[in-house]
Amino acid sequence: MKWFISHDTLRSLFQETLEKDCGEKVSHCYQCGKCSAGCPISFQMDYLPNQIMRMVQLGMEDQVLSSRTIWLCASCLTCTVRCPREIDIAEIMDYLRRRAYKKQVIPLEETEIPLFNKIFLRNIELFGRLYEMGLIGMFNLLSGEFFKDFSCAPKMFLKRKIGIFPHRAKNIREIRDIFKRSGKLAHSKKDRLLHPKLLFLNLFRKFIGKIEKLK
Amino acid sequence: MKIGVFVCHCGTNIAATVDVERVSQEAAKEPRVKFSTTYRYMCSDPGQNLIKEAVKKHHLDRIVIASCSPSLHEKTFRKCAEKAGVNPYLMEMANIREHCSWVHQDRVEATAKAIELIRLALAKVSRNKPLEYLYIPIEKKVLIIGGGIAGIQSAIDIAFANYPAVILEREPSIGGRMARFDKTFPTLDCAACILTPKMVTVSQSKHVTMHTYSEIEGVKGHVGDFTVTIRKKARSVDINKCTGCGACYNKCPVRVPSEFDMGLGKRTAIYIPFPQAVPNVPVIDRQNCLWFTKQKCGICKKICPFEAIDYDMQDEIIEEKFGAIIVASGFTQFNHAVYGEYGYGKYKDAITGLHFERMANSSGPTGGKIIRPSDGKEARDVVFIQCVGSRDEQKGLSYCSRLCCMYTAKHALLLKEHNKDAQAYVFYIDIRAAGKNYEEFVKKVQDEYGAVYLRGRVSRIFEKSGKLIVRGADTLSGAQIEIKADLVVLATGLVAQPDAPGLARMLHIPYDRNNLFTEAHPKLAPVETITSGVFLTGACQSPKDIPDTVATASAASVKALGLMVQDRLQREPLVAKVDAKTCSGCFACIQACSFTAIEEEEIEDKRLKKKRLIAKVLEGVCTGCGNCTAVCRMSAIDLEGFSNRQIMEEIEAL
Repeated sequence: MKWFISHDTLRSLFQETLEKDCGEKVSHCYQCGKCSAGCPISFQMDYLPNQIMRMVQLGMEDQVLSSRTIWLCASCLTCTVRCPREIDIAEIMDYLRRRAYKKQVIPLEETEIPLFNKIFLRNIELFGRLYEMGLIGMFNLLSGEFFKDFSCAPKMFLKRKIGIFPHRAKNIREIRDIFKRSGKLAHSKKDRLLHPKLLFLNLFRKFIGKIEKLK
Repeated sequence: MKIGVFVCHCGTNIAATVDVERVSQEAAKEPRVKFSTTYRYMCSDPGQNLIKEAVKKHHLDRIVIASCSPSLHEKTFRKCAEKAGVNPYLMEMANIREHCSWVHQDRVEATAKAIELIRLALAKVSRNKPLEYLYIPIEKKVLIIGGGIAGIQSAIDIAFANYPAVILEREPSIGGRMARFDKTFPTLDCAACILTPKMVTVSQSKHVTMHTYSEIEGVKGHVGDFTVTIRKKARSVDINKCTGCGACYNKCPVRVPSEFDMGLGKRTAIYIPFPQAVPNVPVIDRQNCLWFTKQKCGICKKICPFEAIDYDMQDEIIEEKFGAIIVASGFTQFNHAVYGEYGYGKYKDAITGLHFERMANSSGPTGGKIIRPSDGKEARDVVFIQCVGSRDEQKGLSYCSRLCCMYTAKHALLLKEHNKDAQAYVFYIDIRAAGKNYEEFVKKVQDEYGAVYLRGRVSRIFEKSGKLIVRGADTLSGAQIEIKADLVVLATGLVAQPDAPGLARMLHIPYDRNNLFTEAHPKLAPVETITSGVFLTGACQSPKDIPDTVATASAASVKALGLMVQDRLQREPLVAKVDAKTCSGCFACIQACSFTAIEEEEIEDKRLKKKRLIAKVLEGVCTGCGNCTAVCRMSAIDLEGFSNRQIMEEIEAL
């Protein structure tokens, strides 16, 4: 890592906004590194969780929001449980994902993760429970990998792990009500699964990848 | 001569490796040995009773105890011998534990060695002479060098025990560094509010005498009897007549930078350093006073209603006797002139922690406003740089100054309290907040006062359009950082006073390569020195914060009082002795003695029928190190208890 941090970056209100919005004190972090030490996904991350905390402290918003780390975080909460300064790191990661989504600064390689999250939530909103077939189908369709994990389908079907028809929750109205209210709170654009530009780029990238494979 | 040998098992410490029974039997065969036995723990009460009974029963007159190191139980067995009716110096110890059983595995060889060690002890004890304890008188007065918080606390403790104490202070007022501070970490008590009551206690105590504006000229003598020469610098104001009304310094026309305010404020030529000064008597700075420089003015003398001003006052040199000396000479700030990259002297807005302390003080030169000294504007972005001088082997000190982390955190907090819009940036290498509530304090400053802590040293400071550009790095994120600062505060380290080595030589106490005074033992004798009767307190020994300083001050006072309460001082008679007949008066011994325990003495030589000079050992000072006996070409000096004959006898027994 080689960065240059200007006075304006240091004075930016990134940390203050984060602390106000998600209620977690990033300023408490003293860089012991326990979060990174226990993180099961750190080997794939571009910045370790403790580095993300430090970057937030220094006001480096652009670098943080465009990092892969926040999308790779599996929210396993190992870091949160072990943090000696009582910072909910997973919660902060979640906040950073929301912020990055809002600002549409998601790195190209990681567009699938917010897409998956979105489809998953939509699924719940529609049926009250997870409809596996719908999720898989929708995800494969929108991510551009139409036959991903297709070979597993018959086996799972026979073992009744997935079904053709969705199960519906009993009080679907109440669940929808939850979505309605929380949607209002989050000001999310419900009708859009992902920013069309990104969706297009994603499909385009996959397509190019396929062509290159054929070559 | 009837010698008794007592072999100790020390549980299994000795008995496991050494065949103690055989050792005892072999020892009994030695000439002059009348009695020999073993016991599990010779140092225990039954063990000591065994010795006493054996002495009585067999009429023993010398004792050899084969056990542990004399450094552990020599005193125990000397007392035991004394109680048994044998002169305590007719007892010898053979160390068959540290020197034998602990360092060997082979039982046969270890046993043979133990027997050999006992034979040596037997040879030595046969040449021992009965010695009597030495007693030296004690002057019941304590000198305290330095009137800072360490000296003040020592004086209070000694005065509380109703013993007289004398504070010697170089500055016109006592109070030292602490008087300059604004707040104290981590509780944020106002420094003056907790210090001035102590200063007043000292000034009102009938047991404490203060020599302010005075310097130490020389020290002679030894524990219980130090003769100290003190130079009382000419104050030009009669301390007995002055009431501290302040008429003189209110009218003085001269304005010079105030040393107390680190040059940030002005004072007059006749001045008191700060309003709560003790004694509240002004002093004339002769370098700047118009009367002394140009023979003009003289307003203060005209205006003084008590005729206390005396321009003709001369330095006064007095001699006083003391029984003990407490050194509380304190510290000074590291001179950061070596750091050209931090703009020393070039940029007015790069100041030290002590400057900041004066600025933050509401009675200071800026009335508690944190300003830029260059243009007087309030500082908004303030960069603090820690470890200036400390932990820098190339340009500064090898050690950590211990306080800078804490006082910088305090400054960052004070900055925010004085100016809500201000932002503190702290460059640090490590945060060393090891003290009660210290870590919590630093965390509070970071969490609640929003100080930005950046891990890294600053590389350079330069000026650009009225701001100081600070180039640093944050090694936690791996980034280079640039801050446009209004003010830069350097947390300079603590160093010994420049004249500390001179004082150390005067007192015959050692000092280390950083000119800090060396304690007798870093763990078990932290306030003593190897010169008995001289004690250390405060930052002259190592950088210390106020709680540690006060603790060592009380510790040193207790040590000094321990001497004061004794009628006379008992000392071991293991000292050097001069044979007047053979001493040729070459005085090589005087040079060899590190304790100045030897002086010249004139005697009437009956053979030569004339007076001549020979060496004389001051028994009160001699520590029995043996340096003099080694250099004496006439073998005229001998060490009692370790005489040349005893040592030779031991060697021959080998």
